[in-house]
Amino acid sequence: MAPAAETTFDRSRRRRRFWTRTVQRTVPYGLILPIVVVIGVILGYPLYWLVKLSTERYGLFELIRHAGVSVGLANYRSVLHDTVFWHTLLRTVVFTTANVVLTMVIGTLLALLLVRVSTVVRILLSSGLVLVWSMPVVVAVQIWYWMTNYQNGVVNYVLTKLGIGDFFQHDWYATTFSQLSLVTLLIVWGALPFVVITLYAGLAQVPHDLVEAAEVDGARPWRVFRDITLPILKPILLILTSLSIIWDFGVFTQPYLLIGQSKITTGNYLMSIYLFEEGYFKSDYGRGAAISLLMLLMVAVLSVVYVRKMVRIGEAQ
Amino acid sequence: MSARRRGRRARQAGWNVVGIAIFVVMVFPVFWMISTAFKPNEQIISVAPTWFSLHPTLQHFRDAIDKPYFWVDVKNSLIVVSVTVAISIVLAFLAAIALARYGFGGRKLFIVLVIGIQMLPQAGLIIPLYVVLADYHQVNTLTGLIVTYMTFVLPFCVWTLRGFLLGIPKELEEAAMVDGSTRVGVFMKILLPLMGPGLVATSVFAFITTWNEYIFARVLLNDQSKQTVTVWLSYFLGSSRHTDWGALMAASTLTAIPVVVFFLLVQRRIAFGLTAGAVRG
Repeated sequence: MAPAAETTFDRSRRRRRFWTRTVQRTVPYGLILPIVVVIGVILGYPLYWLVKLSTERYGLFELIRHAGVSVGLANYRSVLHDTVFWHTLLRTVVFTTANVVLTMVIGTLLALLLVRVSTVVRILLSSGLVLVWSMPVVVAVQIWYWMTNYQNGVVNYVLTKLGIGDFFQHDWYATTFSQLSLVTLLIVWGALPFVVITLYAGLAQVPHDLVEAAEVDGARPWRVFRDITLPILKPILLILTSLSIIWDFGVFTQPYLLIGQSKITTGNYLMSIYLFEEGYFKSDYGRGAAISLLMLLMVAVLSVVYVRKMVRIGEAQ
Repeated sequence: MSARRRGRRARQAGWNVVGIAIFVVMVFPVFWMISTAFKPNEQIISVAPTWFSLHPTLQHFRDAIDKPYFWVDVKNSLIVVSVTVAISIVLAFLAAIALARYGFGGRKLFIVLVIGIQMLPQAGLIIPLYVVLADYHQVNTLTGLIVTYMTFVLPFCVWTLRGFLLGIPKELEEAAMVDGSTRVGVFMKILLPLMGPGLVATSVFAFITTWNEYIFARVLLNDQSKQTVTVWLSYFLGSSRHTDWGALMAASTLTAIPVVVFFLLVQRRIAFGLTAGAVRG
């Protein structure tokens, strides 16, 4: 009598445990399901279309008709045989390199400076950086445009006053180099706060005693930086550099708005602008899709380091 | 000893000077925007600049607000931003719990998805999004833009919330479970209140990125009465040679104010959330 009762009890308990375990195993999937569905639909479907579009002739006419005409790889052939594409790619690579190097070098120097100044100056400087960080990009572009306009821009006035040269009515938007340099300045200015504040947080991990001991032993500042500070900052520098490369390679808003639609030519295209002008503005969506896909592939290659690093962090929890 | 200390103090004074100089250069554009916004026109157009105007005026702000579509576009921005953030934060919180508290098959793939999407250059997606949304007659509607924004806001929110969740010890929840609380009970009584600050900070940051977004709004909304405030601001210059600089800077100031205020409130938390992993890893 008693053992039989126990068995039924056991069985029901085992069944219940089986169910709780099954439910528990499905819980995480239930939790991520909404996001996976939303992203799958809103991003997955357009990505499928991107591939499809890139093999079709698809202009305004096809957009209204809701159907493209298959042309095989003609779009890719057209893009890869376009000298504008190759010039744009080269220009974008040079532009990205300049931006990233300037951002990282100046950013590191400023972070090191933050450690050396007095508390008051540190608070002042870091609040200033946070203020700059908070500026919306479109707003920053308008300010930059106002400061550099040739008629009464304050930049021309200040440079002339400082005796750097005669910049009276100097037109900063006259040459491609000058245009892109302004864009670089704008981007570096906007990117510095994030880099400096992140690196400064990393510098807090540098052991004080070690630095002091090295200094007492007569180590030069450069050696202290190379042998103590740099190894500690290395993981953060790696992440910041890869993020900067990815962001600057695909940058659109700053160059598009600062140079201005009317002054954008095939001679000052960056990758995103090339794609915007050739694909969207000229309503040649098929060719635009081919350019997009090529660009996405390049960014995917650039992102490998960063994504791998972040996945490792995510997995470790 | 004292000579050495004096040397050190002199060096620090030098660094302070450099620090203040850099502060001036970095902050100047922001200062110049505000200063111009309050300046009378004759001071704006003169070649020799006036640093501080002694006769400030609010006229430029009136002009900016009276420009066509300002209020409509502000309203559009507010609708797009609040709907996007409200939906995203709920969905992202669920997924963040899955990431921070459960091990499951496919977890790594999900992380790759969350990180990878944030790296996609937005310009690379305008063409297919435009064509697909046009197919469903969602170009020029706020719905189309909201849906687009969600793909980018969601992964960001998942990752940031996951960081905040990891800061809450698992033991708290386990103890409550032992005491007989249900999973839902634990969620309501422990996780939700403790995550309050994290949820607020993440929402605010999502609010900022959405409010600032330019390229999708530019491509997906053509009608001037349907645009967001960033696109409105970008069209402000027009093509005339006589730009109304005062009104432009007033409009810029107005666009920036909500962002700056919110950003200053949450910057510390988010900056920590962004880098905590990097510093630890």
